[in-house]
Amino acid sequence: MQATAVRSDNDVLVTGVGLLSCLGEGVDAHVARLSGPDSATPVVDNDRFAPFAVHPLPEIDWSRQIERRGDQRQMETWQRIGTYVAGLALEHAGLKGNEAACGAMDLVVAAGGGERDQAVDEMILGSDVSRDARGVLLNEKLSTELRPTLFLAQLSNLLAGNISIVHKVTGSSRTLMGEEGAGVSALATAVARLKSDQSTQALVGAAYNAEHPDMLLSFELGRHLHHGAWKPFRQRGADAGGGVIAGSGGAFLVLETRANASARGARALAEVTAVAGGQATRGRARADTLAGLLTRVGAGDAQIAFGCSSGAHGATAVESDALSRVAPDAAQRFHANLTGTMRDAQFVFGCALAAAFLGANASPAPFVTGEKAASGEADAIAVAVAGTLRGEGAALLRRC
Amino acid sequence: MSQRPSTDFRGRPVVAITGIGVVTSLGQGIADNWAALTAGHTGIHTITRFPVDGLKTTFAGTIDFMASPQASASDRTHLLAQAAVREAIGEAELPLDDFGGPLFLAAPPVELEWPQRFALHDAGAAGNDFGYARMLRTAGAGDWAEAMRSAEFANPAARLQEEFGFRGLPITLSTACASGATAIQFGVEALRRGEADRVVVAGADGSVTAEALIRFSLLSALSTHNEEPEKASRPFSKNRDGFAMAEGAGALVLETLDAARARGAKVLGFLRGCGERADDFHRTRSKPDGSPAIAAVHAALADAGGDETGIGCINARGTSTPENDKMEYLSLHSVFGDRLHGIPVSSNKSMIGHTLTAAGAVEAIFSLLTIRNGVIPPTINHDMPDPAIPLDCVPNVCRSARVTTVLSNSFGFGGQNACLVIAAEPA
Repeated sequence: MQATAVRSDNDVLVTGVGLLSCLGEGVDAHVARLSGPDSATPVVDNDRFAPFAVHPLPEIDWSRQIERRGDQRQMETWQRIGTYVAGLALEHAGLKGNEAACGAMDLVVAAGGGERDQAVDEMILGSDVSRDARGVLLNEKLSTELRPTLFLAQLSNLLAGNISIVHKVTGSSRTLMGEEGAGVSALATAVARLKSDQSTQALVGAAYNAEHPDMLLSFELGRHLHHGAWKPFRQRGADAGGGVIAGSGGAFLVLETRANASARGARALAEVTAVAGGQATRGRARADTLAGLLTRVGAGDAQIAFGCSSGAHGATAVESDALSRVAPDAAQRFHANLTGTMRDAQFVFGCALAAAFLGANASPAPFVTGEKAASGEADAIAVAVAGTLRGEGAALLRRC
Repeated sequence: MSQRPSTDFRGRPVVAITGIGVVTSLGQGIADNWAALTAGHTGIHTITRFPVDGLKTTFAGTIDFMASPQASASDRTHLLAQAAVREAIGEAELPLDDFGGPLFLAAPPVELEWPQRFALHDAGAAGNDFGYARMLRTAGAGDWAEAMRSAEFANPAARLQEEFGFRGLPITLSTACASGATAIQFGVEALRRGEADRVVVAGADGSVTAEALIRFSLLSALSTHNEEPEKASRPFSKNRDGFAMAEGAGALVLETLDAARARGAKVLGFLRGCGERADDFHRTRSKPDGSPAIAAVHAALADAGGDETGIGCINARGTSTPENDKMEYLSLHSVFGDRLHGIPVSSNKSMIGHTLTAAGAVEAIFSLLTIRNGVIPPTINHDMPDPAIPLDCVPNVCRSARVTTVLSNSFGFGGQNACLVIAAEPA
């Protein structure tokens, strides 16, 4: 549990990070922005989906990571983001285009779905037919108006499918579903496989597109979204909705056993020492569950903690409470303040930020004015998540 | 039997199957399913759940005896999974409300459904907005918790977790048509790594809706044999024209052999090996040389501590699409050579249709029953053999045979391939 723990060939190292959010693209852009003087300034679009704010994608030249236009057309935006960010991570690890490595590499993705064809849906919703005739109307309109390839462009496991096609990662392919918890399971799965010699390299991550009314609706059905212009978490009042502002983006990690990284002379940014997931059930308080997970991953001496809350009022409190109990000295940072929540990608995004900061020997500046400063360079960063509705997870990353 | 070692040829804990449960369009429960399956019955029928006017395919293997026709895909999936899990845990003689191990659930992707979309839209009719803007407004102004629940991916597993007392963060996963096999693989790996002594692995799919059917139709994946739906699923036949969409659920209790022995559990068989390999060729078509499917079979055989000579029967993917069945034959022939022609290769999908997310789990259970009962279920509707696929597909009538090891194949849309080796004895 301590930094002096014996090194093992099966330690899991982060040797590549792909990051994309409203703050920019890549590790350097994120570290610079989040440790610099503008760290607490959001990039936000308050108008396009008003009364809901969203954190938009930056400008992207998709062909930099998805060479063929034909491939780009086969994906809805969230799949395109994920395939792009997976490419960033492989490139960062020096493995992009290395078919031998990618052909043996595990692929573990956390995915949702959605991004329906808004025009077709609205055509159907706007049709003036009796309730009894709606079934037949659906058959007619969906059969003639739906783009045949849209099914695949939205299907959960097709983000992994596209990554296999575009980047040739084919050793294994697993897609976890289930909102924030899926990201925890994805990372835990990859780490467990590496630690137990089932594999030597893994690509793990997720993506989310907030800039679609269908995606916003999936939050607002539970009245989770914040209504009105952007504000930091703590100023989002209960009288203005549920506190969530969503953001587009994604994160992928290349994980590798220490033995494999050493053998190919790869530079490691950080070690993932432990990952744990849980789900508070049968009346057990969520903060107790999360505190138990943070203790299990050895988060007690972390100097920095990334909370992956979506901004949902309850979730932020659970993370803050559990972190304060287990890692009282850690400076807490909630990145969705600045990037918006990326739901399935939230936890991996937090872990990717942790690896980025450890690898750069940098500390995050306050994400919200007045936050406690981080004390110098960190040796250990804890990552915690309490899902908008359910699912808790924790990870610890250390300098290596 | 008591002399079985508790670890396998690689020193990993041996994985025993101690409980199974199943629901398909043939019925609920192991006994009814096995009776119907070995009698060559079909569960494929004309759809009554929703209007079929204007649809290219008007049949499916819907399960109409458990949930109301209005139930959402999420609720139906949960209900099917619940029934299968309850049967499996009950058969394993473990507590039904406090299982004490993790859950790995293969479940279909879900989203808000049309009845709910219409309801949201209708609720805002007094406003001057329209479409998604209106739905977003009415969502925030009302109580749509039930609609929210049906659109959450984690929901079915979370409900099962509460009901049966699973531990940890329940896993919900999808590898398309390979999902059920992938769930089993997750469970086997957790046991082998020592993360648990027992797990429940399940695949469930209750997602036959008009839109889901249309989406598969638009990809030209479904049979259009509407006049005789019971004859629509014709794996390995010359006149096969697509698969029959279907619903179902299968659940297995897996335990380390040590844990099963320690509590005196009855061991039904062994999950001996799993293998997987992703395809990088195309979103719906497999690589022309079949190499990913071949690699998945080889990986499963190697993981099971043997080679192709140990396989006595193959539970085929056998979807009944022109392309898939041909590719499966080519891949199997590449692995088994001409010995393949002496191995029975049957497709349960001829009777239960393609249960999609559930298929790998359901078919693993039927593979186990083949071993336990000494009977290979037939491939029905096999009136016109395809000369390009010279398989012994156990045509039309079940066959008594002593089988000790079965290979079960699941190859999915999006290129995810998974294979399982199920056996009477550990490696």
